[in-house]
Amino acid sequence: MSHVMPGLFGINFIQTLMEINGLKLITSNLDVLLLGALVTLELTALAVAFGMILGLIFGLAKLSPQRRLIYGIATFYIDFFRGTPLFVQILLLYFGILPMFGHVGDFSAAVIACSLNSGAYIAEIVRAGIQAIDKGQMEAGRSLGMTHGQTMWYIILPQAYKVVIPPLINEFIAMLKDTSLVSLIGVSELTLRGKLLYSVSYNAAWVWGTVAIIYFIMTKLLAMLGDYVERRLATE
Amino acid sequence: MKKITAILVSALLVMGMLVTVSGCGKNAADNQDQEKVLRVVTEAGFKPFEFKENNEFVGFDMDLIRAIAEAEGYKAEITHMGFESLIPALQSNKADCAIAGMSIDEERKKSVDFSTPYFNAGLIIAVQKDTEGIKSPDDLKGKRIAGQVGTIGADACNDIKKQDPNTTVKIFDSVGEAFMELEKGGIDAVINDYAVTYEYISTTGQGKTKIVGDVFSADDQYGIAVKKGNKQMLNVINDGLEKVKASGKYDEIYQKWIKQ
Repeated sequence: MSHVMPGLFGINFIQTLMEINGLKLITSNLDVLLLGALVTLELTALAVAFGMILGLIFGLAKLSPQRRLIYGIATFYIDFFRGTPLFVQILLLYFGILPMFGHVGDFSAAVIACSLNSGAYIAEIVRAGIQAIDKGQMEAGRSLGMTHGQTMWYIILPQAYKVVIPPLINEFIAMLKDTSLVSLIGVSELTLRGKLLYSVSYNAAWVWGTVAIIYFIMTKLLAMLGDYVERRLATE
Repeated sequence: MKKITAILVSALLVMGMLVTVSGCGKNAADNQDQEKVLRVVTEAGFKPFEFKENNEFVGFDMDLIRAIAEAEGYKAEITHMGFESLIPALQSNKADCAIAGMSIDEERKKSVDFSTPYFNAGLIIAVQKDTEGIKSPDDLKGKRIAGQVGTIGADACNDIKKQDPNTTVKIFDSVGEAFMELEKGGIDAVINDYAVTYEYISTTGQGKTKIVGDVFSADDQYGIAVKKGNKQMLNVINDGLEKVKASGKYDEIYQKWIKQ
């Protein structure tokens, strides 16, 4: 069999493949790219973690239209960060606004920009999650003598979080891809490292192909984690 | 059965897309032959060589390439791209030539052919106004330095980092962001082409930044890049450049854009 298709599936084929410049380029620079992927993951995790705190605060504020001031602030915050591109937000914060408050490093600025952006989306997820819980739950809690806050914390939120998990994983995946924009301000994450490798090799197919695969693996793992959590919650 | 249909339909869709894409490429090439359009790519964030004003591409390089095109009976059609994408654009036939303050260097010569040099450049260091003690690239060891992606300024940054691993190198998409980072103190110095840096410190960066030391890599020259092996285009460019120089148009453009 081996001499019928000489080298196609044997050692020769692998050797030919190794001689392709692109593959050599990638194998000798894979560590650099993977370190960038680590920065991407770190940034995403921090952004979504802070985003969840912001999202919870502003999501709850968005549910209290009777408290005019905080409702107004929450509405403006959510509208602004959902209504303007992250690209613009990053440059505005890093070069425009943060320098007014002293020196902020590029990574910190990236975390701040991505958290604020993520927080706006998560606030809407939280609001929708809470509104999905039957009104009767709040009424029941109140009629048992619990305060609004107590009912929210002990009755509503524990139910809402199940509803919130799937869109939250979605936000996680979206944010992981969006962090590529912080390459603009020189944060050495996966996309910037890809750009640098591309700028010396001009090999679009191999460099961006590899970067795409690394992003894909990360988002796929997140999606699988999401599926797992969803299944666990369903059986509880 | 449903599955098979689905697979067939998606296969057809993919094929359809491929045909459309390859078709587009062909049309562009055909049109170019008929209308004699010179497809130029640049990175328009490099004042005074190329930048945008009133939505027009202007600057030294832009006037020069238009003059060259005119001298050869072409019409220059200029588009913007990231600096790191200019050479790939030539390689994949998306453009005929690239003019973007691009230094002729050995590394790039492996991927493209360069015209005869059209500008003597060289690198310079820019620092904040109050910075003391930086006079040459050697003084940048262990400092935070920046350059633009894919430029010889960025190469110089990386060389310094090789000599001293404590050096922090930041690379930006365009040199304007590197200068902004310098102004706000995120880095200690920018290494970039002399004429562009001079333009910056005497306009936007005035009172905030300054140039230090002498021009280095002074043998550095700009060239217009064409796809490797594209002799015909290289001849058009070189011939046009010669005509523009002979007619005095080159000096006119030089006077207009380059601060002495």
